[in-house]
Amino acid sequence: MSDRVSETVTMPMRFGSNSGQSVTRRDGIAKVTGRATYAADNHPDGMLYAVYVPATIARGRVTHLDTAAAKAHPGVVEVFTPKNRPPVVGDPDKKPFMFAIPIEVLQDDTVRYAMQPIALVIGETLEAATEGARLLKPQYEVEPARTGFDAEPAKRAAAGPFGRPAEVVHGDTEAGLSQAKQTLDVTYDTPAQYHNAMEPHAIVAKWDGDKLEIDTPNQAIVLSRGFYAFYFGIPADNILIRSPYLGGGFGSKAVPYSPLVLAIAAARKLDRPVKLVLTRAQMFGPVGHRGATRQRLRIGIDGEAQMTALDHVSTAIVDSFDSSFPEPAANASQGLYNASSLHSLMMVVHNDIGVPGAMRAPGEASGSAALECAIDEMAEKAGMDPLEFRLKNYADVEPGTGKPYSSKALRECYAEGAKRFGWAGRPLAPRQMVDDKGFLTGWGMGTALFGAPMFAAQARAVLRPDGTGLVETAAADMGQGAWTALAQIAADSLGLPLDKVEFRSGSSDLPDGGVAGGSGHTATAGGALHAAGTDAIRRLGELAAADPQSPLFGTGNQGFVARDGRLYAARDESRSEAYADIIARAGGQEIEGKGSAARPPEDAARHAMYSHGAVFAEVKIDPVLFQMRVTRLVGAFAAGRIINPKLAESQLMGGMIWGISFALHEEARFDKRTGRIMNTDLAGYHIPVNADVQGLEVITVHEDDPYVNPLGIKGVGEIGVTGTVGAIGNAIWHATGRRIRHFPIRIEDLLA
Amino acid sequence: MKRFDYVRPLSVADALAAYTPGAAYLGGGTNLLDLMKIGVMQPDTLIDLGRIAELDAIEMLPGGGARIGALVKNSDLAHDRAFAAAFPMVAEAILAGASGQLRNAATIGGNLMQKTRCTYFQDPHSPCNRREPGSGCAAREGDNANLAVLGWSDACIATNPSDMCVPLAALGAIVEVQGPGGRRDIQIASFHFLPGDQPENETALQPGELVIAIRLPAEAAAFAKNARYLKVRERTSFAFALVSVAAALQIEGGRITAARLALGAVAAKPWRVTAAEELLAGQSPTQEVFARAADALLEGAKPSGENGYKIELARRAVVRALQMSAAGTPKRMPALPASSFAEEASHV
Repeated sequence: MSDRVSETVTMPMRFGSNSGQSVTRRDGIAKVTGRATYAADNHPDGMLYAVYVPATIARGRVTHLDTAAAKAHPGVVEVFTPKNRPPVVGDPDKKPFMFAIPIEVLQDDTVRYAMQPIALVIGETLEAATEGARLLKPQYEVEPARTGFDAEPAKRAAAGPFGRPAEVVHGDTEAGLSQAKQTLDVTYDTPAQYHNAMEPHAIVAKWDGDKLEIDTPNQAIVLSRGFYAFYFGIPADNILIRSPYLGGGFGSKAVPYSPLVLAIAAARKLDRPVKLVLTRAQMFGPVGHRGATRQRLRIGIDGEAQMTALDHVSTAIVDSFDSSFPEPAANASQGLYNASSLHSLMMVVHNDIGVPGAMRAPGEASGSAALECAIDEMAEKAGMDPLEFRLKNYADVEPGTGKPYSSKALRECYAEGAKRFGWAGRPLAPRQMVDDKGFLTGWGMGTALFGAPMFAAQARAVLRPDGTGLVETAAADMGQGAWTALAQIAADSLGLPLDKVEFRSGSSDLPDGGVAGGSGHTATAGGALHAAGTDAIRRLGELAAADPQSPLFGTGNQGFVARDGRLYAARDESRSEAYADIIARAGGQEIEGKGSAARPPEDAARHAMYSHGAVFAEVKIDPVLFQMRVTRLVGAFAAGRIINPKLAESQLMGGMIWGISFALHEEARFDKRTGRIMNTDLAGYHIPVNADVQGLEVITVHEDDPYVNPLGIKGVGEIGVTGTVGAIGNAIWHATGRRIRHFPIRIEDLLA
Repeated sequence: MKRFDYVRPLSVADALAAYTPGAAYLGGGTNLLDLMKIGVMQPDTLIDLGRIAELDAIEMLPGGGARIGALVKNSDLAHDRAFAAAFPMVAEAILAGASGQLRNAATIGGNLMQKTRCTYFQDPHSPCNRREPGSGCAAREGDNANLAVLGWSDACIATNPSDMCVPLAALGAIVEVQGPGGRRDIQIASFHFLPGDQPENETALQPGELVIAIRLPAEAAAFAKNARYLKVRERTSFAFALVSVAAALQIEGGRITAARLALGAVAAKPWRVTAAEELLAGQSPTQEVFARAADALLEGAKPSGENGYKIELARRAVVRALQMSAAGTPKRMPALPASSFAEEASHV
């Protein structure tokens, strides 16, 4: 540490003792004691309750609503329908920004999907509004619902999500396949999945003239302000969004959805605060989901088991009126294996369904599930251990583009994960392992991959006269612990212990902390906080260096080290002074630093940037009843610099548990006649319970990445889902000899 | 939510007096309140039984039987040492159901009165003969993968979701009910109805009648040494069964002298066929014998939709449950009750 400091002439990048520690999350006690205030906990004076009426058909028109009956119910204040809809200024069918979707705010009587809002009932109590909604008894002109992959022939997608192309071609996969010694051609299906964050979408909206205050869980607070400004024709600065706590987001709380906009419109029209909280069932429609996919993978290998072609075509079910989010599953085959030709293509089939959107590891989760199983099948054909096959096709530069990776410790992940799991000696053939209780036992693996993006953010850091710090950025803590990790970064940048820094976040009047999404929040908001703190320290140094009474007088040209509330001359640590003393002599005014962060496009163009990992799974399966359990999961991940190991490992574990969920449990079950989802509660929409999660181990492999961002941070939020699903599917094959080419894998599949 | 009156009587007599057509008795509320919230049940009056002390007792009867008050909590019964020792598969079935929190709230009487979990029954916007007589059965051509394969009709293919009722049926429990006409006993086999062409008639209860207690006959305790409940499901815990089996044997000198057997999650009531039990009596406890009993129990099974797999799964589960039962009731309740993974060592 002192060596590094002595060589530094400009402001040193100093990573003090806060980062790298498993600090316990700052909001944990507030949450478990009920003191954390979630959006729905707010009750401003005069507040009314809104309940939206969901369409119970998937396609058609609303022909009648019994508004008289609803209005006659005691406590019902207003019933909004297309005939008296509360005004929304911005065109709801437009997409004001990237990621925005067309919304249904009673602009007409059309039903585009089941659970779409078709009316909004306002009551003095939740009970009154709920009963008013029930009394509306909608009647419809029903058109046949388009449901499933057979609804229409698949068409080529116009474009992929996130501004990515629908098709990526590197080389000629058809030629690669025809020249291959062995080929594989398999199709895997994945179902529609719904985020189902523990906290449902909720909003409390309060107007004061043209000023709007909203409490709502939100992953992109400042960005969302712009959306609401568009819909309500007011300047973004007139809007205050508070989102101090989120009970999970998983991608579904980044953009405004129809019911939320309707509640705000109702509050404006009625000039009273309005609260709307979605029911669990209402979360299966207007608030996004992971679209179902059908993925065809074709792989060719030469005589050395080297891939000559990797061709991945994913067909995604999308809605019928926007279609901007074909689940980008085929993307998963870009960037990972060293195939001499690569092709990925997104196709779509339109259904009468709500608009799909980003859900934890969008594209990669579904795509990796199919890809990693296909890789396992190809390894089987080649007669190779699946790990050996992956190493054989290891990419040292990004396949197709030839770009170097900014860092890639995937080999180390493979090695450490395999060692910890005990992979060596695994029989190649399936159905070879039976445990002492007679359970079929199988081992499978998958590679985990997720991009390491960075977005734009700003932050403010203040050194107070008493030597403590204040930092601000509108970041979002979705439960992942962002506030804790970000505070650690901020404290380091200010050279202060964590408890001497006040961290303000979760409110849109703070500097834009960017989107908590894409696994880029720590890098992005953290980068801005680091820059802001650095700026504040630089200003403090300037004051000290110019002050003849300071021990640091005249040391400005050598830079400073900030540590534990004291500023040290970089080349002579015997010269130092406490922040409070410097500030006091300078007049006692607080010192403000500002910072921003974004990845320069040229950096992004130069390197391929990903987090990597390897997941190993053991399953045990009853040989007669075929009940399955994932008895062990070991994941080794390389994700750049880890700010808080405890939180990062929790994130990775959570992702891996989601992998169990994807592999064995989660699925929206549609009635194919009506297009309605029939399991719209957590009794029917299964996710793993504790008894489904047995051995679960996470290893983080250290990575120094000088290119992703100045802090060397990648992301850990989503990668845990990838790799895991395939590892479990492959373990089930290894246990049973059965390739089940859809998820979730059920008892029925193995019994057949 | 529809407005309703709420009364909280302190005695059975007061509860019965409070009953009017359209009223519903409330036990733990773990099913009824959910159904009220989603508009499937809309009682005018809710008669909360929670303060009636006289229905809260577990009595071990002289001679070996037991009488369980209708308001005993599921958890309390499963963890009652004397009861669990005498009727282990009832305790095991209860612990295989729902979650700890729900079992702490749910009552024994309420368990008996559970509504089907057919998603079309639970959806007020779907046709359902059980919920709305004559409206049709949306499940018949719908998402029916976990619905009935035995005893169903064109009018209804719902299943009974209770775990506890399966061993109760196997053991020949008696349901004590009280109503305006006084007290009477109903054999559990006659308590739940198959749908026929009137699926709305779910139980033998007359309007206003209230489940007071469940009795287990003394002879049922004779199976305590070889009695297991097996629940097959997609999730290791907190899920309704695909199929479940209560299997109890009396074994003397290597031969089965008596057997009790019932299937759950395959019909609108627990499925017991005494002919299957009779096949076992006098036989050695072998897989072949068990398989014959399974075939007899499943005689007449046919898919009501995309659920044919449940027939084969049930056949296998019956054999497995009989094997588990023959191996003997475990000394301690397994960490995962009723699971084929019950013997698995925990990773911790």
